[in-house]
Formats: sequence, structure tokens, C-alpha cells
Amino acid sequence: MIPAEVFLTFILMLSIFLGFELINKVPATLHTPLMSGANAISGITVVGAIALAGTGESDLAQWLGFFAVALASINVVGGYLVTDRMLAMFKKKEG
Amino acid sequence: MDNLIQYAYVVAAALFIFGLKQLGSAATARRGNMISSSGMLLAIVAALLDQGILDYQMIVIGMVVGGAIGAYVARTVEMTAMPEMVAMFNGFGGMASLLVGMAAIAPGADAFTLTTIVLSILIGGMTFTGSLVAYGKLSERISSAAVMFAKQQMVNGLIVAGIVLSGVMFVNNPDATFWLFLVVVLSLAFGIMAVIPIGGADMPVVISLLNSYSGLAACAAGFAVDNNILIVAGSLVGASGIILTQIMCKAMNRSLSNVLFSGFGSGVQDTT
Repeated sequence: MIPAEVFLTFILMLSIFLGFELINKVPATLHTPLMSGANAISGITVVGAIALAGTGESDLAQWLGFFAVALASINVVGGYLVTDRMLAMFKKKEG
Repeated sequence: MDNLIQYAYVVAAALFIFGLKQLGSAATARRGNMISSSGMLLAIVAALLDQGILDYQMIVIGMVVGGAIGAYVARTVEMTAMPEMVAMFNGFGGMASLLVGMAAIAPGADAFTLTTIVLSILIGGMTFTGSLVAYGKLSERISSAAVMFAKQQMVNGLIVAGIVLSGVMFVNNPDATFWLFLVVVLSLAFGIMAVIPIGGADMPVVISLLNSYSGLAACAAGFAVDNNILIVAGSLVGASGIILTQIMCKAMNRSLSNVLFSGFGSGVQDTT
């Protein structure tokens, strides 16, 4: 049986290459929205936080999970909305 | 059910990848953001369906409070203040990864898991304070000038050495919470020290780099809690963030090491 860590490291390696490939020849005007959009994705940590806040291994872990859920939710919701606002402005300018 | 959740994560990852790709060109960027956000929604719904969850109260309160704050700030922020707002959001994401790392500490964890916990605390912590400093500099709540002082290089070296030492001590002896807290405190200090010597004009590049770090922090947290979607999405952001940082540097006619180490590496010249 191949240990789970090895699979996870495989996934890590492949997605790093993919990340490199995705960002190619991006026009300068899109740098900030792209950064903001990627930032919203990094709020994915909310998924890990949800599991911790809900399973209640210990009171401490649950509270840490709770604050992590709240902070990551700010990151996710704020990140996507801010990106959308930026991109909406772009369209007006160009059109 | 568990399998279904895992497959939902696979679809979410595909949506993130497709969304990022579309964000890279002006015609499709807004749709790309929508696609990426629907991937996030799917991942969150899948996480909520987890059979292991006993208590939804904390989760719901956390999501409602966090989501409301995020939505309010995102709607009211001035257009000109966008970059520092991104920095602030990014810092919260880093802090969340730090907390996930800490909450993942369980009795009997192996050295691999403990190492990823230390990494998520380290990267998450420095992302948090680094982003706050970047926010402060851009919004001019603190001086945007590069801050340097005598023996800065030595102080930074000591912090790094302290992080490595306390990290190793913690992994070898996970019951000693002293070392854990030392890792937390030093990581927070390191984020401040890494960003204060960089001038306000270079902040967009720094924010892009910190954004990459918050992705890596999420990835480390993913290893700590054994979650595929955190690893995939985190490393995607980590890798694309580094590349974006490099592209931004090129557009500004600067090299990445020039931005990062112009202040951090040199400190105040001791010879003068």
C-alpha cells in the first residue's frame, strides 16, 4: 500500500506545475484582479476549518476552528466580491 | 457519502483551475471569477455534508459573521483602496491557516503531520502580520518608508534560527506547548520584519508574494488535516502567485530578489 502522504505529495507536485502553466502572458491591467481572485481561492482553508469547528475533538480545537471559519469566510466572501467589483469597473472602461 | 464529498472536491478543483485560466484574459475574467467562486461554494457545501460533523452551531455563526464582514467591507471599500484591502483579506486567510494548524494538533500525531502543522503555523503567521504591515503601509496608517535599523540582519537571523530550533523541538516533543507558542510568536514577528524594510512603492509585489504564501499556508494546513482540496487549491495559489509576482516585478523593471532583499538582506550598512 502506498502511504497517503506520497499521494498527497504527488498532488502537490502536479498542482504546482499547473499553477505555473496557468499564469502566462497575463496583461498588466489584470495583475491586481488576478491576484485578488487567487487570494479568494486561498480562503479554501475554510474547508479545513469547518471540519475542525464541527467535530469538536476538544473545546480548544473547536474554538480555534470557529475563529478560523470566521477569518477564512472574510477572505473568501470579501475576496470574490472585491475581485468582481474590480472586473466590473474594467468592463465599463473598455466598453 | 464520503466518496461523494471527495468527488465534489475534484470538481471544485477543476472549477478553480478553469476559473484561474479565464481570469488571465480580459474578455473572460469576470466569468472566470464566477466559476472560481462556484467551485468554492461547492467545496464548502461538500465540507458541510461531512458525516463527522456533530455540531453546526459554531460553523454557521462563524460563516455568517465572517461572510457578513467580508461582504460589507468589499462593498464599501473605496476603489482606490483595493490593493490594501486584498492584503487585509489575504492576512485573514493566513491567520485562518495558522489556527487550522494549531487545531489539528492531536495526541499521537506522527512527525510528518507535526511538521506540516509547524509549516502551516509559520507560513500562516508570517502571512498574517506581513499582510497587516503591507495594509498599513499602503493605507498610510504607518509610514510607507522602508524601515531599517542597526543590526537588523542579525535580528532577522536570530528569528529564523529561533523558528527552526523551536519547530524542531516541538516536532520531537509535541507535548511541550512552550515550543509551539514560540513558533507562533516568532512567525508573527518574522512577517513584520520581512515587510517593514520594503518601501511602499513595492507593496503590490509584496502583496502578490504574500498571496502566494497564504496559498502555501493553506496547502500545509491541508497536509495537517489530511484534506485534498486544501492541498490542491493551496498549491495552485502558491505556484501561480509566485509566477504572478515575477511578472509584476518584470513589468516594474525590478527583479524579485531586488524587491525582497533590498532592505531585508542588507539592513543598515554596518560599515558606514
